[in-house]
Amino acid sequence: MTDPILTLAGITKTFPGVRALHNVSLELYPGEVTALIGENGAGKSTLVKIMTGIYQPDEGQITVSGKALSLPTAHSAFEAGVTAIHQETVLFDELTVAENIYLGHAPRNRFGMIDWKTMRAESRKTLEAMAAGIDPDIKLKELGIAKKHLVAVARALSIDAQVVIMDEPTAALSQKEIEELYVLIDLLKEDGKAILFISHKFDEIYRIADRFTVFRDGEQVGKGLIKDTGQSDIVKLMVGRSVDHIFPERKAEIGPVVLEAKGLSHPTEFADISFAVRKGEILGFYGLVGAGRSEVMQAVFGMTRPSHGELVLDGAVINPKSPADAVEAGIVYVPEERGKQGVITGEPIFMNVSLPSLQKTSKSGFLRMAEEFKLARTYTERLDLRASSLSQNVSTLSGGNQQKVVIAKWLATLPKVIILDEPTKGIDIGSKAAVHGFMAELVAQGLSVIMVSSELPEVMGMSDRIVVMREGRIVDTLDNKGLAPETLVRLAAGIAEEAAA
Amino acid sequence: MSDVTTGRQLPNRLDNPLKSTLLSWESLLVLVAVVIFVFNSYSSPYFLNEWSLSDMTFNFTEKALIALAMALLIISGEIDLSVAAIIALASTMMGLALQYGADTPVLVAVGVGVGLLCGAFNGFLVTGLKLPSIVVTIGTMSLFRGIAFIVLGDKSFGNYPASFGWFGQGYVWWVISFELVLFLVFAAVYFVLLHRTNFGRRVFAIGNNDVAAQFSGVRVDRIKFILFCLTGLMSGIAAVLLTARLGSTRPSIAEGFELEAITMVVLGGVSILGGAGSIVGVVLAALIMGLVTFGLGLLNVPGIVMSIFIGGLLITVIALPILFRMWRQRA
Repeated sequence: MTDPILTLAGITKTFPGVRALHNVSLELYPGEVTALIGENGAGKSTLVKIMTGIYQPDEGQITVSGKALSLPTAHSAFEAGVTAIHQETVLFDELTVAENIYLGHAPRNRFGMIDWKTMRAESRKTLEAMAAGIDPDIKLKELGIAKKHLVAVARALSIDAQVVIMDEPTAALSQKEIEELYVLIDLLKEDGKAILFISHKFDEIYRIADRFTVFRDGEQVGKGLIKDTGQSDIVKLMVGRSVDHIFPERKAEIGPVVLEAKGLSHPTEFADISFAVRKGEILGFYGLVGAGRSEVMQAVFGMTRPSHGELVLDGAVINPKSPADAVEAGIVYVPEERGKQGVITGEPIFMNVSLPSLQKTSKSGFLRMAEEFKLARTYTERLDLRASSLSQNVSTLSGGNQQKVVIAKWLATLPKVIILDEPTKGIDIGSKAAVHGFMAELVAQGLSVIMVSSELPEVMGMSDRIVVMREGRIVDTLDNKGLAPETLVRLAAGIAEEAAA
Repeated sequence: MSDVTTGRQLPNRLDNPLKSTLLSWESLLVLVAVVIFVFNSYSSPYFLNEWSLSDMTFNFTEKALIALAMALLIISGEIDLSVAAIIALASTMMGLALQYGADTPVLVAVGVGVGLLCGAFNGFLVTGLKLPSIVVTIGTMSLFRGIAFIVLGDKSFGNYPASFGWFGQGYVWWVISFELVLFLVFAAVYFVLLHRTNFGRRVFAIGNNDVAAQFSGVRVDRIKFILFCLTGLMSGIAAVLLTARLGSTRPSIAEGFELEAITMVVLGGVSILGGAGSIVGVVLAALIMGLVTFGLGLLNVPGIVMSIFIGGLLITVIALPILFRMWRQRA
């Protein structure tokens, strides 16, 4: 067995009041992918920051290529050959691709000036080796998120990094783009790089990783080889208990149609969208990122106005001109962009929850705080919100608990239809299970749920029927019985027509 | 993550309300007001006199009336720089109405009505056409005052009836002026509106994050439009008081009022970025501004020095809350 390139031993890091990491170790081997697995708050980000020189450990040792060293700054980590590709890539939109790749280590000519010719040529060579199909001379802002990731990888190659950290690199990518990323990771492996791969998604981990390390509450609780370990064992390590059913059983009785969309169209985003959701039903919307699912849902919620088509709720045509209209009609929307659209982070939990229900908690327009606290308590406790008090600022909650606040806010309005847009994106597995469990509970109580999701297991595990969208149109609506996941992926990507891409 | 696992029952709040009141910005303002009051009493023998103190209130009531509505507007994340120009236009229209023989009730209606219309115009440009309020109101600032200049030229309107003059010069009881009473009544109204109603709660939500507020079913544009109308309305009321007090209208009337009103709002602890603030703070800030300018006046400090002082104060108070919050976070 080869020696690891990078070894962390006995790393401890404490923040005021919180022990983020306690005596953890990690080895990264050349030419192998190690998956770092753990719930949100398990200490993964802290570890990445220590490896990239942003935080200093209180105790412990970092060894790179057999030499013990400290990484006092981000630049020293960079010089030691450690680089990170983040969820939201830290690159510069206004610079060209080549400038982004060589920022901070641009080749110099003999006058000490940047050697633009070499820089462009080298960039082109690297990008071609990756089969990225990117012109190094265009500005970064002209690229999509997936291509930006490729630029980040090219940057990692150009600095000849020995250790590449990928922090949830697939979070914003479509299935096809993820496949392209896998090819790149294989390329990096062949090159002998050690890769640390952080992800919430098990299918990815099993597809790409060779080894795994599991963190829980700032401690390392297990590690091993992926090929010798079952998914359920890793889940057990993560949560410290065995999770019997990942998706809850649903026993909802499906009733008549509640909301029907007929031929909704938008000048640029989507066309001819028709679907119906019934009482007690979970209707899944699957598709690649950019297929127009969120845009359709925001039109149903009154954020944007469709140019054609109509919405029928309980047999009556409705025409929501704003979210306020939609909420009054009984349609609510849990947006994908939780931090920007879902919660008001500067305000406490109870104000977030009561905001759409003020009409109910107030008396002739005057606030009644006691009623607001009561309302907030009722619904946050149903969702098992973890907080110290109802006046705690929402910005101090974890992603999963913020999502619970958004859902609690809408349940308090007693809606008929609840639309969830990527409801479990970026939240830990414990909160994920809570959200799934709650969706099952909602339909059992006779609500209709529309769930937009790009996660196949979630769509297949939760939906009664699945609408597949591609490029702004509905490709098919399927009953979720005995479906093969491949069918959905093929429909969403349009592979059947493109002669087996 | 600072999530704390608790039992089933989540408490309403954990902080000590008495302690947070004592540590608040408002308590600091009370302290400052007391210090300036004591300083003024020592520095001038004419200060501690009921008529002097009554005169002092005229230094801030008109601007403070605007500051009340401006506070809500700034909390919602918008701003109105045209308030002084609205006064000029409203005052000019009152003067014009006087030329056509209007009596006191009509004059008041014209002043208040013009203010409301100007505010609605600002509100329409910002919410209807989605233009940034700072640009819109810089534009309408020139527009409104420009109209006043065209109507008046280098002339002025005067000879307002005595019954009209009472609004700016009259006393309700003893040394308590009508202006002061009106200000206190409106301060109470705005306090309730901002801190005790659904409307006020929504204003805070919009100021914190207007996108999320809209996604939460708040009619953001409607509320912002109402806030611009309220600011215009208060400027109209201020125009009535100021015109009545001066007894004449010139196109340069109320120049610089917008800066002083905004200074009061920011000194009162309202975040210039929106989302936070209180009416109590704004009222205290108005009092402090009145005490300071009146004290400087008693010491025969020339007007130009006073305007340097106001400019300096504005910069200081924008920096101070930020430093204060940094200090509180560490505490």
